[in-house]
Order: sequence, then C-alpha cells, then structure tokens
Amino acid sequence: MGRYRFILWRPLQLVPVLLGVSLISFLLVHAIPGDPVRILLGTRATAAVIEATRAQYGLDQPLALQYVYFLKNLAAGEFGKSIIFKVGIPKLVVSRIVPTLFLLGYAILLSVVIAIGLAVLAAIYRGRLADQLVRVYSTAGLGLPAFWLGIVLIILFSIQLGLFPVSGYGETPLDHLHHLFLPALTIALALSPVLIRNLRASLLAEMEADYVKAARSRGLSEAKIFRRHVFRNSLIPTITLLGVNVGWLIGGTVVVEQVFSVPGLGSLMVSSIFARDYLVVQVVTLAFALAVILTNFLVDIVTVALDPRIKL
Amino acid sequence: MTLTPTHRAATLPFRLASQGLAAPTALKPGAAISLAWLFFAIAAPLIAPYDPIAQDLEQTLRHPSLAHWLGTDNFGRDVLTRIVWGARFDLAMGLLGVIVPFILGSAIGLVAGYFGGIVDMLLMRLLDITISFPFFVLVIAIISVLGAGLVSFFIAVALVGWVSYARLIRAQTLVLKHSDFVLAARNLGYGRLRIMARHILPNAVLPAIVFSMSDVVLTILLGSSLSYLGLGVQPPSAEWGVMIAEGQTFLATAWWISFFPGLAIVTLALGFSLLADGLAETLGIRE
Repeated sequence: MGRYRFILWRPLQLVPVLLGVSLISFLLVHAIPGDPVRILLGTRATAAVIEATRAQYGLDQPLALQYVYFLKNLAAGEFGKSIIFKVGIPKLVVSRIVPTLFLLGYAILLSVVIAIGLAVLAAIYRGRLADQLVRVYSTAGLGLPAFWLGIVLIILFSIQLGLFPVSGYGETPLDHLHHLFLPALTIALALSPVLIRNLRASLLAEMEADYVKAARSRGLSEAKIFRRHVFRNSLIPTITLLGVNVGWLIGGTVVVEQVFSVPGLGSLMVSSIFARDYLVVQVVTLAFALAVILTNFLVDIVTVALDPRIKL
Repeated sequence: MTLTPTHRAATLPFRLASQGLAAPTALKPGAAISLAWLFFAIAAPLIAPYDPIAQDLEQTLRHPSLAHWLGTDNFGRDVLTRIVWGARFDLAMGLLGVIVPFILGSAIGLVAGYFGGIVDMLLMRLLDITISFPFFVLVIAIISVLGAGLVSFFIAVALVGWVSYARLIRAQTLVLKHSDFVLAARNLGYGRLRIMARHILPNAVLPAIVFSMSDVVLTILLGSSLSYLGLGVQPPSAEWGVMIAEGQTFLATAWWISFFPGLAIVTLALGFSLLADGLAETLGIRE
C-alpha cells in the first residue's frame, strides 16, 4: 500500500496552492473598476445609505482585512449574497451546478464513445482510407471552435430536422438528456480529436509491443489480443489525458452553455460578469479551480490504481 | 546524451535549412493556408468587395448570390467582406497573443531553471496556482476586471499563457545548465545573463517554438470565443466570433451569417495545426 501513501500527503502539499488560488480570486474581484454598491443602489441613493450598504458587505474595511474575512467566511461556508439575484450564493451555485455537472458527464461519455470508436477503427485499418479520414478529423477538429460547432448543430438538428430543442435544460431527467444532447455532442466533437490522436498512437505503440508477439506465438486470436491486452493497456494514457483536460472541458462548457442557454455555472459566470455581480464571479471562479485541483488528485489515484508500475 | 555537440547546429534556421528538402507533407499545405489568410488580412482593403462596417438597409439578410457571394447580414453588410477584414483581428489575436506569453514564459523558465533554489520554488508555486484555474475561466475572470476589449485580451492571455513556455524552457534549462558548453562559458567568466540568453536559450527554445504554433490555434479559438461571448473584440468590428454571435438570432432565416465566419476560423486553425505538425516532424520533436 506504500504506493497510495501520496493520498495522505498530497492534500497537505496543496495548501499553498489553495491559498494562492483563493488570494488570486479575491484580488481579481477587488480590482474591478466601478462601485458595485452604486450599481446596486442606483444614482439616487443618499451617501448614508451607500455607506451603510458598503458596511453591510464589508467593503469599507482595508484590503488585507477583507481577505482575512474572506478566508474566514469561506471556511465557515459563508459566501455572501448575490447583489443581482438577492439570494445566498451557495444556494445560487447549487441550483446552477447540477446542469453543468450533467452536461460535463454527458459530454465525457459521448467523447469517450466517439474517441474509442474512431481510434480503434484507425488503428486496425492503419494507413487505409478509414485511418486517413480519422486523421483528417483529428487534425481539423483541433481547430473547431465549440461555439460555432454548436451553432452548426442547431442549424442541422434543431432548425432543419427539428429533432432537438434550440436551448434550455428541460424538467425531467429524460428531458435533460434530450435538451443537453446537442450541447454535450458539441463539447464531445471538440474534445475527441485530442483523445483520438492520443489513443490511436498508444494503440499502435502497444500493437508493436513484445507481449503482443508473445501472445500471438501462444496462438491467441488477433481479436482476443486486441481486446484483452492492447486495448486495455492503451486506455491508461487516454484516461490521464481526459483528466488533464478537465480545465479545458470546464472552459468549453462555459461557452457552450452560453450557446444553448443552459442554466449552468458557466452562464451564471458570464451573466455575472456583465452584471458586475462580483461575489458570484469570485465564488464560481474558485469553484472551478477547486474542481480542477480535485480532478487532478483523483486522476493521480486512478493512474496509480490502473498501472502497478507507477509511483507518485 | 541527445544534445547536439555544437549548439549552433541546434538553432532553428539551420535545422530547417538542412531538412527543408525532405519537408513532411503537413508543412507545405499548412504554410500555404496560413500565408493565404495572412495575404487576405493585409490586402483586405484591396480585395474585399464592400465596406465592412457601413450598413445598407436595403440589402439586409440577402441569400448568397453573385453580388454577395456569402450573403449579407441583418444590417445589409456583405459577409464575405467582413470575413476578409476579420482575418486581421483573428490573426492579430493568434499571433500577438502568443508572442507575449512566449517571451514572458521563456524568461521565467530560464530564470527558474538556471537559478534553481528558492527562486525556482517560488516561480513554480506561482505556476501551480495559475494552472489550477481552468485556462478559459481565469482569462474571462481577468477580462471581467479589465473590461472587455482587445487590450484586456492580450493582457489576460499574457498573465495566464506564460505557464506552458515556462515549463518547456525550464525543463530544457535544467538539463543544459550542466552541459559542457555552459561550464566552459562559465569558466570563461561570462555573466549569468549572457550564458542564459546566448548559450542556453538558443538550445532550449525549439520545443517552445513548436508548441507556439499549436498555441496560435488555441489562442485564435480563445479570442474568437471571447468575442462571441461579448468579452473580446466589440461590435460593430468585423471579427469572426462577433459575426457568429450577431448571426445567431437569424439562424432560422439567414444561416450564412454565422456559418461562414466559423469556416474561416476552422481553415485558419487548420493551417496553423498543419504547420505545427509539419514543423514538429521536420525537427524530430514530439510533444
């Protein structure tokens, strides 16, 4: 179990990173020009009311003290109120996080299906037409702008064929699957080229490995060798790559949520930027950073679990 | 050791010249596409048939035709004209948006790798913190502070994008600083700055140059996405992301307004992707 000891000390190592992340989120928002209190109260508010509101949000304190309060509040789970929505930020974030997680999970599922299908096809028919086509897709696909891809899918599947809704999230889980299909497909089509390149390369590398020759000489069928050995071993780097790309995935959902008007965390962030609802921007940025840190930690665990040779 | 014996031999122009004849398949089409867009961008006032900004309210939402090859938008502006002009913004975002992070990151990577110790530790913690944020999220958070626009875009990209270059250059520097030619330079009494800039950097920079080509693709996508969200280039400027956003309202009746600018992004990005692949192959570098 020595290999798993990092699960204990890694979180300690993360403390300075977490502090840095919180400091950057804090400073970012405090550098925003424009006075949120004036925006909130409008131009006709009296000086006394402005002062009172400023005190209410703690904006009259020195910056260093505000940061200490900020950390204290974070630790206590007190994130403040949204100036625009007039509700507690935790409540707001929780209500918006579910569509985002749904979309992320859906998108990952579709990208994995697409990536495995096409990479295996390309590796088996190496150098032939299928491989060439997959290579064209995985090269051209690297430069596919997700927001435009979403719009093309809307033109094709929503407007021309009427199969999927143009926007929204729906009411029931089945509705969600229907509403979020195009957004998830958009992200999957934009993400899969990287995965395909990686998986194809590792499939080809594994197919040349000595243990494959050994298995062949023992008389195993090609299909069995591929399924049992080559495919399984090739998946490890692709899973790691997927984990590494979680930051990219989150960025992708921010844009795609906007294209399809999905009421998730990303569209909350964008609308809060335009509304100068800076506490919300701060908490969402922080939440996204925490998601990345946590995912990288989980990916480390999965990598160690999958490959007995790896030590962290 | 995989290091070349004389560090002159490793510099980019030399390697390109020595292997230019055997250039792999991706390099030439990549260069052709990228240069074509560069030409469109420079020659925009000469080759674009109409004015990119002026409205013509009698010609709104026209289908693609002989007069307007790619149709017109809701203000009667010619889509083809706006795409040609838009190449200026998107190329500028892609190229300038890579140069500053490249320089900043290389400097940080060199200093961290060469000096080591506490300097390295602090710079690498800063790097860890920066990469803990999703790239796109940190960029829009910074832009939300600075206000939407091109200048904010370049500042935000520099503040976030330096990390990749710092990592690449630092990794090379860590190896190179123990090599014979650096020891020799040190024994000759050369200053640190001179050793870093004249001896280490030319040998360390190649992977960063190759990466910068694919980084151009990412930065073009980033810039057009931000403009689509309303955080980058502002309307009525003819930028591809802006055009796609403006056309979204009219998808059901005038799909061409949003469709063609996207194709422009895809081809420009493809050009630089191929260039990056070809360059990496020519130089024998795999990322």
